[in-house]
Amino acid sequence: MNWEILGIWLGAMLTLCLYSFLYRDNPFYKFAEHLFVGMSAGYWVIYTIENVLKPNWWQQMFPEDGGFNWVWIIPGIFALFMLARIIPKIAGLSRMALGMIIGAGAGVNMVGFFQTNAMAQVKGTIISISSGGAWDIFSSIVLVVGVVSGLVYFFFSKAHTGIVGRTANVGITILMISFGASFGYTIMARISLLIGRCQFLMFDWIPTIPRLLGIGG
Amino acid sequence: MRLILPLSITFVTGMIMVLHFFVPHQPIKFLGDNLQEWYMIVASAAIFLGALNLMHVHFRKIKLKLKNWKYSPVTIIGFMLMFVTGLIYGVTAARPFDFMFMNMVAPMGATMFSLLAFFVASAAFRAFRASNWRATLLLTSAFIVMLGQVPIGAMIWDKIPLAKVWLMSIPNTAGQRAVMIGAAMGVVSTSLRMIFGIERSYLGGTD
Repeated sequence: MNWEILGIWLGAMLTLCLYSFLYRDNPFYKFAEHLFVGMSAGYWVIYTIENVLKPNWWQQMFPEDGGFNWVWIIPGIFALFMLARIIPKIAGLSRMALGMIIGAGAGVNMVGFFQTNAMAQVKGTIISISSGGAWDIFSSIVLVVGVVSGLVYFFFSKAHTGIVGRTANVGITILMISFGASFGYTIMARISLLIGRCQFLMFDWIPTIPRLLGIGG
Repeated sequence: MRLILPLSITFVTGMIMVLHFFVPHQPIKFLGDNLQEWYMIVASAAIFLGALNLMHVHFRKIKLKLKNWKYSPVTIIGFMLMFVTGLIYGVTAARPFDFMFMNMVAPMGATMFSLLAFFVASAAFRAFRASNWRATLLLTSAFIVMLGQVPIGAMIWDKIPLAKVWLMSIPNTAGQRAVMIGAAMGVVSTSLRMIFGIERSYLGGTD
């Protein structure tokens, strides 16, 4: 059996099954949708085993040079606590695991987000407008005014009236332009995926049909 | 005990991670480094919980013959196929797991996301239909970015790609920065509330 052709046909059939939804909901779409959900779940379970549990847990607990690192039993126990949620009698144990995830996650993110999403962004906004031409200066002003007014819009501790209200209005305007640009960019990313699928059907799948039927090369 | 123990764990682990950033010395460094890896291991158990729950839901659907139960075996078989082949043959290239990922999961993922192009576009155009001047601004901005991304944009007017670059790098950056800074403040305050046990909803309580 030619595995390459089998792979192309599997991909093409599943692609067509999913695109059949553009006509309306139908059994072919439902079949592919359910298959995708199941296979994706299986993929992520194996991915987690191979990329997280094996290198970060198993190989730490049983190092290559031999021995047994007992400390690594602790995260294993917490992981089992998490799975306890499926057994109603001991479901309460999962709170310990949740407590650990939430605590460590909150600690890491509190500092990490503040550094990357707040301080670094503020630093990036404080820019020199003395260099560059008139257009660069205008762009820099739009950037600074946009960030500040956008932040004022998100500040709900003061009523949006007077100068605060007017600044917040500028903020909404900048945010609408920003959301529009992001929206357009997302649509184009999806369109490029669509083009990719169409190219696959046209240039990879269709040429295999004559080969399969024994017509031509 | 039902609340105190998980809240204590949250407080201790949270404080270790915060101190780990400000005090990069022993023993905090040792605790912080280990806890970061433990966090990944315990969080990964959530994937298994999700998979078990998925199987439970579909076996229940089959057992009770709920709506669309006939498709549930497809999900179960799909899951088992990936899981068993991954465990038996490994995940290296040119093995059954890799074959199924490359020829089934990846094409289906790309197709699913490309389907969104139709639905997001039609839904958004209906929702934002120039009802006021700001919605018009949103649509115009989206339209310029879309046009600037394809060759026809430059064919219509050679300044459209430049306008797209400016929109993405100035107003879009300004808006995204405002959102990011606001969200970071939210993360900091929510994290503090969680570490100090003020926010407890994740434990299933009401407050």
